[in-house]
Amino acid sequence: MRARLGVALVLVLVLAGAAAQAGPRRSGFDDMSPATQAMQRDDAANPAWLWLKDGEQRFAADCARCHGVERMRGVAARHPAFDARRGRPLTLGERIGICQAENVKGAPLAPESDARLALESYVAHQSRGLPIAPPADARLAPFRERGARLFAQRFGQLDLSCAACHDRRPGQRLAGSVIPQGHPTGYPVYRLEWQGVGSLQRRLRGCLTGIRAEPFDFDSAEITAIELHLMQRAAGMKIETPGVRP
Amino acid sequence: MATRALVHLPAAIRRGEPFEVRALIAHPMETGHRVDTQGQRLPRDIIRRFEARLDGELVFAADLHPSIAANPYIVFPLVVQAAGTLALSWSGDRGFAHGESVALQPS
Repeated sequence: MRARLGVALVLVLVLAGAAAQAGPRRSGFDDMSPATQAMQRDDAANPAWLWLKDGEQRFAADCARCHGVERMRGVAARHPAFDARRGRPLTLGERIGICQAENVKGAPLAPESDARLALESYVAHQSRGLPIAPPADARLAPFRERGARLFAQRFGQLDLSCAACHDRRPGQRLAGSVIPQGHPTGYPVYRLEWQGVGSLQRRLRGCLTGIRAEPFDFDSAEITAIELHLMQRAAGMKIETPGVRP
Repeated sequence: MATRALVHLPAAIRRGEPFEVRALIAHPMETGHRVDTQGQRLPRDIIRRFEARLDGELVFAADLHPSIAANPYIVFPLVVQAAGTLALSWSGDRGFAHGESVALQPS
């Protein structure tokens, strides 16, 4: 009887999980127009390469004396990662910004600065084609859990959660645009709406403003927690950086 | 940030056979019609002209206008009969000027 109850419980949990994300996982790439897909596929036409090439030069000048570029392969796939000295997870962008402050320039690279986006694009590009592999670090668990809670929490005047659209209504439309499943596969991305490259943090802040909530600060504990959850949710999907999004 | 431009050519170019030259440049292409958060009009800042010269001879040119998106991407076909240097130049508002040159070695 007890075993049967256990089986039933597992079944209910599995069904609940399946309901939260029906169908196979899709990258935002799959929901774009053929023209935008072609722009991402073709490295000559993809404007994110302007940032990436800039990052390549910056990496050679500032980072290469400690870090070999070949060792950057896979780094983006396992961030955000736990930083023992600070006792909290760091996103790849913040990690790069801090490293520059401590070892190169003296001042941290500001979030969304061209320098940080360029370096982050270049480093993330080294992982293109690799599956997202969130580290099984027990110290990350409470932060990841917080991210999952924030993902499901309703915010703002429109009283919407991330999950309300990206888990329950992907594929449907919001003001004419297809709602993607919200997997962070191509960041930093060149977004046509921005006419430039932006980080996942900028994207999340844009979504929060869209539901008329006060956005979390760049590099805040909340935004890093959400990023942790999103990477866990997208585990196994392939990194596309540099991505293009509409 | 320093001006960045990327020029792509096919890996192999053949004498007398058309190929594509693809040029991408980082530029905000500010239209001059937008206002900033203080309500002040943002002055126009666009690329006005793109020119491609093969050993000094003009082979392709384009006039650019407001409402062309940021980071313009220009593709044009070209045929060459002999080795030469292709010089690409972009010029625009606020004294903007940038040049790239690539050596063409047709087989």
